[in-house]
Amino acid sequence: MSDTALTPGIRAGRLNAAAYDENFGDLHPRLDDHEALVAADRCYFCHDAPCVTACPTDIDIPLFIRQIATGTPEAAAKTILSQNILGGMCARVCPTETLCEEACVRETAEGKPVLIGQLQRYATDVLMDQGSHPFARAEATGKRIAVVGAGPAGLSCAHRLAMRGHDVTVFDGRAKPGGLNEYGIAAYKSVDHFAEREVEWLLQIGGITVETGKRLGNDLTLKQLQADHDAVFLGIGLGGVNALGLEAEEKDGITNAVDFIADLRQASDLAKLPVGRDVVVIGGGMTAVDAAVQAKLLGALNVSLVYRRGRERMNASTFEQDLAASKGVRIITNAQPIAIHGNGAVREVEFEYADDDLKPTGQTFRLPADQVFKAIGQTLDGDGLPDLDGRKIAVTDTGRTSIAGVWAGGDCAAGGDDLTVTAVAEGRDAAEDIHASLMG
Amino acid sequence: MANLESNFIGIKSPNPFWLASAPPTDKEYNVRRAFDAGWGGVVWKTLGEEGPPVVNVNGPRYGAIWGADRRLLGLNNIELITDRPLQTNLDEMTRVKRDYPDHALIASLMVPVNEDSWKDILSRVIDTGCDGVELNFGCPHGMSERGMGSAVGQVPEYVQMVTEWCKKHSNLPVIVKLTPNISDIRKPAQAAKDGGADAVSLINTINSITTVDLDLFAPQPTIDGQGAHGGYCGPAVKPIALNMVAEIARDPALKGLPISGIGGVTTWRDAAEFMALGAGNVQVCTAAMTYGFKIVQEMISGLSQYLDEKGFASVDDLVGRAVPNVVNWQDLNLNYITKARIDQDACIKCGRCFAACEDTSHQAISMSDDRTFDVIDEECVACNLCVNVCPIEGCITMERLPAGEIDPRTGKPVSDDYANWTTHPNNPMKCAAE
Ligand SMILES: Cc1cc2nc3c(=O)[nH]c(=O)nc-3n(C[C@H](O)[C@H](O)[C@H](O)COP(=O)(O)OP(=O)(O)OC[C@H]3O[C@@H](n4cnc5c(N)ncnc54)[C@H](O)[C@@H]3O)c2cc1C
Ligand SMILES: Cc1cc2nc3c(=O)[nH]c(=O)nc-3n(C[C@H](O)[C@H](O)[C@H](O)COP(=O)(O)O)c2cc1C
Ligand code: SF4
Ligand code: SF4
Ligand code: SF4
Repeated sequence: MSDTALTPGIRAGRLNAAAYDENFGDLHPRLDDHEALVAADRCYFCHDAPCVTACPTDIDIPLFIRQIATGTPEAAAKTILSQNILGGMCARVCPTETLCEEACVRETAEGKPVLIGQLQRYATDVLMDQGSHPFARAEATGKRIAVVGAGPAGLSCAHRLAMRGHDVTVFDGRAKPGGLNEYGIAAYKSVDHFAEREVEWLLQIGGITVETGKRLGNDLTLKQLQADHDAVFLGIGLGGVNALGLEAEEKDGITNAVDFIADLRQASDLAKLPVGRDVVVIGGGMTAVDAAVQAKLLGALNVSLVYRRGRERMNASTFEQDLAASKGVRIITNAQPIAIHGNGAVREVEFEYADDDLKPTGQTFRLPADQVFKAIGQTLDGDGLPDLDGRKIAVTDTGRTSIAGVWAGGDCAAGGDDLTVTAVAEGRDAAEDIHASLMG
Repeated sequence: MANLESNFIGIKSPNPFWLASAPPTDKEYNVRRAFDAGWGGVVWKTLGEEGPPVVNVNGPRYGAIWGADRRLLGLNNIELITDRPLQTNLDEMTRVKRDYPDHALIASLMVPVNEDSWKDILSRVIDTGCDGVELNFGCPHGMSERGMGSAVGQVPEYVQMVTEWCKKHSNLPVIVKLTPNISDIRKPAQAAKDGGADAVSLINTINSITTVDLDLFAPQPTIDGQGAHGGYCGPAVKPIALNMVAEIARDPALKGLPISGIGGVTTWRDAAEFMALGAGNVQVCTAAMTYGFKIVQEMISGLSQYLDEKGFASVDDLVGRAVPNVVNWQDLNLNYITKARIDQDACIKCGRCFAACEDTSHQAISMSDDRTFDVIDEECVACNLCVNVCPIEGCITMERLPAGEIDPRTGKPVSDDYANWTTHPNNPMKCAAE
């Protein structure tokens, strides 16, 4: 262990083994039984509860919390999972501070919402630890459906279709299913291979075949999928990444944040994962924050997150921003990158301050950087897709695309936030619509 | 999945959760929504005789006791029976029963104590198609002053007489609703049975004053500077109701008399406890009034999970399971000797156990300078107070001393023979050991 936080360049093993474990431990460990009861006791069991309205998957929050309060977390889990089959992951990754917990009446009253997310985690963990799967398939319909993309949207769609008795094949270009649950979500939000375990648990329903390493565009065509199946659902997420549009963007040390995070999530030994001493992250969303925080947790000495607009415009929630700050990430706002300096490898990034309308001010500064992560947004990737609305696939409320027999949902579909929970909701709703139109 | 379907004295309902006769069952609008929300049955708000309906106060009719976080623990009310015309209620009941044939609909009745009044009201409710009648001998305020409600329920002879009339003038199952405002609940239960009742239901509300306004010097709820005693219900009354249910369930003379359990049922667990003590189903009022009809969903999911976990096929497997284990004090085994044990890893050193035991019990907990709390076996009488006051669940437990070990308090070896007070040498009335 010769490298430390001070060693310049992109180096592995900056920390001792214990520090990695501590840094990448569970962000919010599961509540124990007593904590869960106390937290559940605070719920008022509101009528037509605002927290439910704020949940994209409409989980019956007062009911599941009451089920925890009365000592039946398994029933609580069933209440959650019947609306949101990835309720376990959502409990870990949902920005609850902008969803259910923001709407909670006790947030309004006291600034202290009921801990909905953590209670959801408690209940789903109890059930999943028992290894049982609470849903059964309806009688087989003989219908075959192709789902492209094994992320939250695709998995949610596949599960609901299987439950309705259809046979589903899920194709994914990557080596493992899970989508960004497996390759994107911050490591400290999903510890102990939770994404993988959750997919295995979800597949227990039966009737779903997963084929990894199969890409639409390379190995599969939409036409062929349609010919072989009764319906197709596209949940392909956003495979592309926006570029900064600067010269020298290809210099060594400049990486897409999503690729860094994917490597981190797949690393079997974090001590072998190299990270810069001076890291600069460009962007203001969840991806930027996650890249910055995890770079810091890997032992980078200085991590700056630079966003072109003001703080209040950042897509990352206040909670995420505070998390970053608490880990020692420096957040710089109202600054745009204008040049990358360095000889072969990046040495510095030059920024110019801009006002809220992005008008350059002429004032510039440089940040030393041996590693730069680009996190200025992902884009839809692929040809021969249904019609777009803006830069994403145009869909109706229930996910119908411009091509009859083809549905889409999740990040690749227009409308909705780019969140795990939204993808789950859209996948589920598309499945119900597919079911209705095939059986109708 | 366990079967929650309920058959109570021949009255079928999709589950054993009924709404008790009270505001939640006051009208068609409520009852339809209750059935849609999942309730298995309702006992319609008590009907009175033909004529101008009773009037309620126009000021507050409820008082309450809360926990610090405003959890409602007990509710007190001075409401009377239905204040809507009889025919309106009957028409609505008819429509509801027609549209919900699989749900239980019971008519609750309270008319003056003369045979014709009962005969008349019975003939009219039969036409609604209701599944049975419940005789409200319980209401402790307003109606009792008029010689009805608990004024009847407190006189076993009246209970028997009215029950007989009802059996004589209808073929409907008759449930007699008992008032807890009586010293021995078995007496009116026996009277109901002797009168031919198909079941008893209990408890109605308990005479109470919840709080006194210390500025107005009047009980709450206060109406123009004054208040009247009301009827207490909600979680606070459950222990009283459980005991009364058990008293009836275990009385050999009342054996086989079906019971509908009422009083503080708020969760599936409360319902299961009533059932274990012999209630064939439960009725709920305050919990619905506090949280709305939706709470029945938790009762349903919780009870079915519990039945599944226990391997019970239906609610009938649960009903009465705990009854044989409810005994009189004198039957308890005096050779069952336990000592309090403190789990030092769990202990947070608050000292509540010490204060409780040192100041008010048996000086059986020691406290060291570094705030370690230990049980002194020589003094511990196993009263359980420390367990009850300790804020950490499971930190203090009661552990049984094995047979043969010396009880340091008495210096005598522990026997594993069963021996109760009836044979104890100190008992002046002891019977000879068999
Ligand atoms: C770094 C990062 C952190 C995030 N953190 C959070 C968070 O904390 N909370 C939150 O709610 N959301 C978070 N999000 C957003 C969230 O992950 C996404 O909104 C969600 O995963 C979208 O689900 P999806 O199923 O639409 O797409 P994805 O999860 O992207 O899944 C798409 C799947 O399709 C596959 N695929 C793509 N193209 C093809 C093709 N042509 N053929 C076959 N398969 C294909 C991919 O391999 C992938 O498995 C984060 C996103 C990122 C990038
Ligand atoms: C406001 C109110 C009105 C009630 N009215 C009646 C009634 O008309 N007839 C009756 O038999 N019981 C009546 N009750 C008693 C309830 O049916 C029930 O027996 C009692 O409230 C105990 O149950 P709980 O603890 O679930 O509330 C009333 C209770 C309340 C709170
Ligand atoms: S808004 Fe808050 S208090 Fe109300 S039901 Fe939802 S979690 Fe409970
Ligand atoms: S609960 Fe409704 S009827 Fe009763 S006092 Fe409040 S607003 Fe009036
Ligand atoms: S009351 Fe419980 S926690 Fe407190 S000192 Fe006693 S044993 Fe410890």
